[in-house]
Amino acid sequence: MCLAIPTLITSISEDQVAKIEIGGIERAISLIFTPEARVGDYALIHSGYAIGILAPEEAEETLRLLREMEEAAEAEEAAAEAEYADALARVEHSDLPKVGNETA
Amino acid sequence: MKYIDEFRDPKLARRLIAHIKRRATEPMRFMEFCGGHTHAIMRYGLRQLLPANIKMLSGPGCPVCVTSCTDLDRAIALARIPGVILTTFGDMLRVPGSDGTLSGAKAEGADVRMVYSTLDAVQCARDNPDRPVIFLGIGFETTAPTVAASILQAERAGIHNYYVFSLHKLTPPAMRAILDGGEVALSGILGPGHVTTIIGSQAWAFLPEEYGMPCAVAGFESLDILRAVAMLTDMLVEGRPAVANAYPRCVSREGNPNAQEMMYRVFQATPADWRGIGTLPESGLGLREEFDHRDAALVFPIEIGPSHEPKGCRCGDVLRGALSPTECPLFANRCTPTSPLGPCMVSSEGACAAYFTYREYKDDH
Repeated sequence: MCLAIPTLITSISEDQVAKIEIGGIERAISLIFTPEARVGDYALIHSGYAIGILAPEEAEETLRLLREMEEAAEAEEAAAEAEYADALARVEHSDLPKVGNETA
Repeated sequence: MKYIDEFRDPKLARRLIAHIKRRATEPMRFMEFCGGHTHAIMRYGLRQLLPANIKMLSGPGCPVCVTSCTDLDRAIALARIPGVILTTFGDMLRVPGSDGTLSGAKAEGADVRMVYSTLDAVQCARDNPDRPVIFLGIGFETTAPTVAASILQAERAGIHNYYVFSLHKLTPPAMRAILDGGEVALSGILGPGHVTTIIGSQAWAFLPEEYGMPCAVAGFESLDILRAVAMLTDMLVEGRPAVANAYPRCVSREGNPNAQEMMYRVFQATPADWRGIGTLPESGLGLREEFDHRDAALVFPIEIGPSHEPKGCRCGDVLRGALSPTECPLFANRCTPTSPLGPCMVSSEGACAAYFTYREYKDDH
């Protein structure tokens, strides 16, 4: 019942009523709780009312933080792989007896 | 769709899961308050993706489900008054009361109409000036302001035949009742995203302050939920419980002041009867005295017999997080979405309906 969907406001008429499109169907929704709404904003629509206006900069910030986490983890993995390759090369070039399947 | 697709990025989801796996070194039990979260968690398979030591429990956040049997019986009795048009959201139609459902009453001749919005209910009253039109007010803080707005609209437009039967409920008191009950051990709360869009994240400050319990308010896409779980995990590991906001594109600290103002202009906090929890003080919303003439409970006195829960139904236990839907003996045999015995199997937000819909996916924990 608390379902709410971010939807583009395409026009606003007098009396705080906006037009939106959901799944190809045009509907009128009330902006009574979000008088700050403007055409082009995305409103969070709950049972015919906009209960909030989405904050684009906050959405971008959330995604930026997640991508940073992704990049940091990738760099960490790349570093670990390089280190492993390096260690492997050192073992291969050393005079130590090789261990592994080939000795069986 | 904007603000939806980018918050379902599988690559970023995998990264969040890896982060959670690395940090969650001890068993953790999180309750998702909101039924919408239960469904999203099942739909995205998040229970299976999270490490086995993180357990997600469903909470009481389904307004249809927590409506008591007595209140349902009263709603059905209102619908049966000759001449009355009862308008309701679709979720309520098939919820079984002591003796039948609203849709059963409709089949027997009652005029029950499904609406998408209270705007449609007011329009129905305008179109039927000679008949009383009652709107069945079910819902949490997300929905109550829209019902308040409809009453003010009817006042302004002089629509005299529009009434509300308010069974609205407030979420923080239910959360408190579950923690005070001590029946379910919890380590953190996944806060409801759209309720909190209205009431603001500060409404959950009592969780860390009084219960030492971390709370992360979450949206409804996979990244939103995983980010909130990651935040809960971090707060637990670091021993600094707080209210974290994993849904800042919609949720602020203060919430929506216009919606809050309108809700409390029309309603005031009253005791309410919760299925599975019982009567809680200051946990419901009743119409203020100045709107007595719109209050269906006062205008249309009804008498109902003693109410009784569906036999064997364990919805009450499911709503407290004390029983997993699949542990109920009725689950998926006598109780299914096509012939539901309890409300948790009826509502699109009910935990049992979620577990039933996605039951073919193997679930180890």
